[in-house]
Amino acid sequence: MKSYLEATARARIEAVFDGGSFREFMPPASRVISPHLAQLDAPVSFDDGVAVGAARLGGMKVFAAAQEGGFMGGAVGEVHGAKLVGMLRSAVQHRAEAVVLLLESGGVRLHEANAGLIAVSEVMRAVLDTRAAGIPVLALIGGSNGCFGGMGIVARCANVVIMSDEARLGMSGPEVIETASGVEDFDSQDRALVWRTTGGKHRTMMGDSATLVDDDAAAFRQAAIDAIAHCKAQPVQLTLAALEAEQQMLADRLERFGDADDALDIWTALGVPDAQQLPLLDATSFMRLAATHRAGGGQ
Amino acid sequence: MSMMDWQTLAAQLFPQGHAVREAGNVLDGAAQVDGQTVAVIGTTGHTPIGVEIALAQARSVLRTVREHPGRPILILVDTQGQRLRRRDEMLGINSYMAHLGKCIDYARRSSHKVIGLVYDQALSGGFITSGLMADACYALPDATIRVMGLAAMARITKVPEARLAELAQSNPVFAPGAENYLAMGGIEAIWNGDLAASLAQALAQAGSTDRRAALGLERGGRRLAAPVAQAVAGDAGAAEA
Repeated sequence: MKSYLEATARARIEAVFDGGSFREFMPPASRVISPHLAQLDAPVSFDDGVAVGAARLGGMKVFAAAQEGGFMGGAVGEVHGAKLVGMLRSAVQHRAEAVVLLLESGGVRLHEANAGLIAVSEVMRAVLDTRAAGIPVLALIGGSNGCFGGMGIVARCANVVIMSDEARLGMSGPEVIETASGVEDFDSQDRALVWRTTGGKHRTMMGDSATLVDDDAAAFRQAAIDAIAHCKAQPVQLTLAALEAEQQMLADRLERFGDADDALDIWTALGVPDAQQLPLLDATSFMRLAATHRAGGGQ
Repeated sequence: MSMMDWQTLAAQLFPQGHAVREAGNVLDGAAQVDGQTVAVIGTTGHTPIGVEIALAQARSVLRTVREHPGRPILILVDTQGQRLRRRDEMLGINSYMAHLGKCIDYARRSSHKVIGLVYDQALSGGFITSGLMADACYALPDATIRVMGLAAMARITKVPEARLAELAQSNPVFAPGAENYLAMGGIEAIWNGDLAASLAQALAQAGSTDRRAALGLERGGRRLAAPVAQAVAGDAGAAEA
């Protein structure tokens, strides 16, 4: 078992896709760096924190990206975002069977704030263009920085989200919320609370994540292969029926859980026999429980 | 031109009349523009976008698609960004915002022209799934557009606020403001003068191709986005050949 959480972006690529199959576009040797970081005396990276390219997954031709949490938390700047957009457009042009995004990001890179915000918006639209071309997009989330801000939105524009237990998915991080709304609203030091609020198990119980896997690159790989097959059995592009179903699902969620104080209350309301024990379950046991107790998903 | 309230804005945008209503800082309704009916959604009062507002706006978009095929949609943006509460995170606010973005995207693909207008404030998550999902987003001259304030940015980036303020003078990447987003291609144009005529023209010109990176290059505010995306595509082409 090889930890996904602790692996670098490139190590994840090697472990998730067919061995040696990844061909990187605009590799570090291209030396294209952020034009904005130097004036802030911030470090640069020759890949601007993301690797993009083509690979094979179970023999299927896929296009892929992996964000590097070790560089500015995987945050999206001008170059980083443009690499993602270029890869997504190429996936359409060269008829990939799927796009697999290994996401780890705090969202917009504040060092190039305005450019990063527009870039994330371009990525969102490119993901939806890819789906409109009939190519499923998968978001795998299992890095220690989680997947937040605009990238948390991008993840939910994908056909499928796959998370590990340790992964987190959301919009605003706990520190930002604590700063804005006070420690009484969100204590960012309370790791258990942070995890129950945005962690992989909660997201899977709510239906935002389709599958929970153990922190194992091979488990992510198998879940991605299964998810591509699943995607191909239904419309890949957005449809009015699917969006109306998602509208209903999100309205039901608000109706049922809008007054809940804690994810524990939600799990209990979903009929989980002993919600306190949920965090202790391994992925297999959890998915067995989720199969009968989770709320309706939008995927 | 100074900031205007939404009623004044609506009066100037829709001299042929409108039936836009406000409830809980959410704008919803329809208006006459150049002889055609346009659906209007939006927010006011700098309201934060929480799960309820995102869902209400998505509902309006889906209703327009279902009941009025092809009717153009105008998004009026005034928000301080996504709501920063633990409850919204617990409920999956990113899913609610993504849903709104997907509904707008679906409308565009279903032959609805979609125009965004930042008439006051636009921040971060509240902007990315509204105005930035439109065919083209416009702004009034005094609009404030940003990811976050310089003070908060200084805390997170560990760059002194004074240094950021200094850089903001010369680099559109840091400073809030419609002009900077214009230079980077995120804003198509700034509307001065006759707002009704500007809107009519925007609707006539709207196209669904994302031109923002090309505009950023052309205007010099974002010089790498377009060439990098092209270079990646070039590498992909070479790898496929």
